Amino acid sequence: MRLQLSPELEAFREEMRTFFTTQVPQEIRDKVAAHRHLTKDEYVSAQRALNAAGLAVPHWPVEWGGKDWTPLQRHIWREEMQLANVPEPLAFNASMIGPVLAAFGNQEQKERFLAKTANLDIWWCQGFSEPDAGSDLASLRTTAVRDGDDWVVNGQKTWTTLGQYADWIFCLCRTDPTAEKKQRGISLLVFPMDTPGVTLRPIELIDGGFEVNEVFFEDVRVPAENLIGEENRGWDYAKFLLGNERVGIARVGATKRLIAQAKEYAQEISEGGRPLLETPRMATRIAELENELLALELTALRVVANSADGKPHPASSVLKLRGSELQQAAMELLVDIAGPLSLASFAEEGSDVPDFARVSAPTYLNYRKVSIYGGSNEVQRTIIAGTILGL
Amino acid sequence: MDFTFDSEQNDLREAVRGLLERAYGDSEVRRKVVSSDPGFDEKTWSRLAEMGLLGLPFAEEHGGMGAGPIEVAIVAEEMGRVIAPEPFIEAVVLAGGLIAAAGTDEQKGELHGAIAEGTTIPAFAHAEIGTRWVPSASAVTATQSGDGWTLSGVKEPVPGGARADVLVVSAVVDGGTGLFLVQGDAAGLTRTGYRTHDGGRAARVAFDGTPAVALGAGGDQTAAIERALAEARIAYSHESIGAMDTALRTTAEYLKTRKQFGVTLNRFQALTFRAADMYVSLELARSTALWASMVTDAGGDVVAAADRARLQTSRAGRHIGKEAIQLHGGIGVTAEYKVGHYTSRLTAIDHLLGDGDWAADRLAADVAAHETVDPLGAPYAPGAGVA
Repeated sequence: MRLQLSPELEAFREEMRTFFTTQVPQEIRDKVAAHRHLTKDEYVSAQRALNAAGLAVPHWPVEWGGKDWTPLQRHIWREEMQLANVPEPLAFNASMIGPVLAAFGNQEQKERFLAKTANLDIWWCQGFSEPDAGSDLASLRTTAVRDGDDWVVNGQKTWTTLGQYADWIFCLCRTDPTAEKKQRGISLLVFPMDTPGVTLRPIELIDGGFEVNEVFFEDVRVPAENLIGEENRGWDYAKFLLGNERVGIARVGATKRLIAQAKEYAQEISEGGRPLLETPRMATRIAELENELLALELTALRVVANSADGKPHPASSVLKLRGSELQQAAMELLVDIAGPLSLASFAEEGSDVPDFARVSAPTYLNYRKVSIYGGSNEVQRTIIAGTILGL
Repeated sequence: MDFTFDSEQNDLREAVRGLLERAYGDSEVRRKVVSSDPGFDEKTWSRLAEMGLLGLPFAEEHGGMGAGPIEVAIVAEEMGRVIAPEPFIEAVVLAGGLIAAAGTDEQKGELHGAIAEGTTIPAFAHAEIGTRWVPSASAVTATQSGDGWTLSGVKEPVPGGARADVLVVSAVVDGGTGLFLVQGDAAGLTRTGYRTHDGGRAARVAFDGTPAVALGAGGDQTAAIERALAEARIAYSHESIGAMDTALRTTAEYLKTRKQFGVTLNRFQALTFRAADMYVSLELARSTALWASMVTDAGGDVVAAADRARLQTSRAGRHIGKEAIQLHGGIGVTAEYKVGHYTSRLTAIDHLLGDGDWAADRLAADVAAHETVDPLGAPYAPGAGVA
């Protein structure tokens, strides 16, 4: 048991902090701080800045650009990145398909995709959820039928985040409808989004933004070599991928940033003749939230230390569950501080309302998603009750 | 940062668990022990002494083991796991800690040695009716009389106050709050003991010109009291973690065995989800308590860390204590079944040295002073830069 970081880790933290605050374009970080949607080019240039320094995919195998860091180093890397408002490397590339390709792809696939995936030369999107397969993902119905040297894909995916920017999709398809267990007959295929028969329909969200899409497949021909891993083993790869998704999903650094912003704005708005931050209820609310976040951060540190064998600690479900709740609570704090100013959501030039207040309500509404994606919080409770408590 | 216990710490835990499991593995034994005075088992107290636990944090030259806050945390958690009624935190951590902080070398040598041997049990007489959770005294006044002092006024409730061989008493002195030692058989000392709801004992302790000896050099000891209270708060957080852990495990076991509507209760998602939420509360509180002990060990700001641990374990203790009973149903409210006693103990701990709202208010007063909370930075880790 030891509180302090070793001098080596202290130096590592400093190195990360310096890099993120000086080497990633300021205008991109300002935009993240202001909760504005990034353009595709901004995502790409941020990730390339990281990748050029070898900091985009540190958790990958070393031969494909990874760093062989300890879990604690990876935690520090992520924390400092979030604290500096650096957009994280695109999750679909860095956390999802990249590690799957590195672990289960063949040599040709690794050489073809991994470097481009790390550098965001290929933008990936995720073809998992379907209209009738959400939390119950294994019920998916998109089919892939073998026809000569191709798979022919038919069906529909949904909630495909940033699919409008994507070059390629990794897609779970049912390849054996006769399998005894529905998890058994699923395979993982990858193909370009401009393949004939792929169409994309954007879905507008309650914040007025477009970040998710429906994707339709009509007789999409995918070369057999684009199967990742073994036929009918796709469910295993999906579980591997979703386990990775859960690591780092606590987003402690990002929530810390939100609370710091909230305190700053609560100094600027007065109520009853004093800054909002000095009203007892607001001060206590923030103090409680800071303490909850501290508890989460410490739990994340405790969990990363115990997941050195590469498998996520079962308590990582706590991180997802509580991490999403605290992101939402911090955003709720911001919209409450904005108060009536939050109505100016779509004001443009000519309005005096500060930026944070304009985006607060749409972001608050948008953030309802965080307790739903990545395995909804109800799925996390099921995991805790089942695997940890044995219920 | 490292959350792993070393092998000596694991051995300590195993030894303490073994001793306490033999004593209170059967919850009926605890129920019997707490039903008569002094509310704990003197034999178990002797065994704790034999294992060196009653001198755990004291310096070796004063008869102690010279162990640190992590070892204290381990013992406290194991006490909580079986809600052992022995006053380890009250006597060793709190009263013993005050003697360590304020006492002269001679006082430490005498008292720490006797506490460690189990022959002297001290108690801290500090709480007063009308104020709460402050590090100062107002209802008991110290007056210099020749070479010594006399105390007058009333302290209540004083945990373990009736049984204590020696009382460490906070009292008003010129310029603040001083600390004094009063022997259990002193003249002008009236102690009225009673049971507390969790099976413990407390007392009204009245001083009427009672002779007392200054602890240490005398003068204002508010800072020492604040620090000792903070260390005790952290220790109680660990005791709570042990108690919550048992409450949750007992509840989960019950859900797997109790049948209603022809099936075991764990078939009802309305119940299993609530158990999952209890686990979340427990693990978050555990991390915070462990961190607070690491802050103490590292020489960081103990008072601030204790407030954070207190807030988190207070919220978790209430959540888990109440849900443990609710998920059991009626049996959880009975004295014949063990889980309700855990809730009672958690409730007592919550009110001893400051509850969650109290801690939240203290943290709120400081909320504008930092941009973010960095558990590895100032003021928690000495030498770390300000975040």
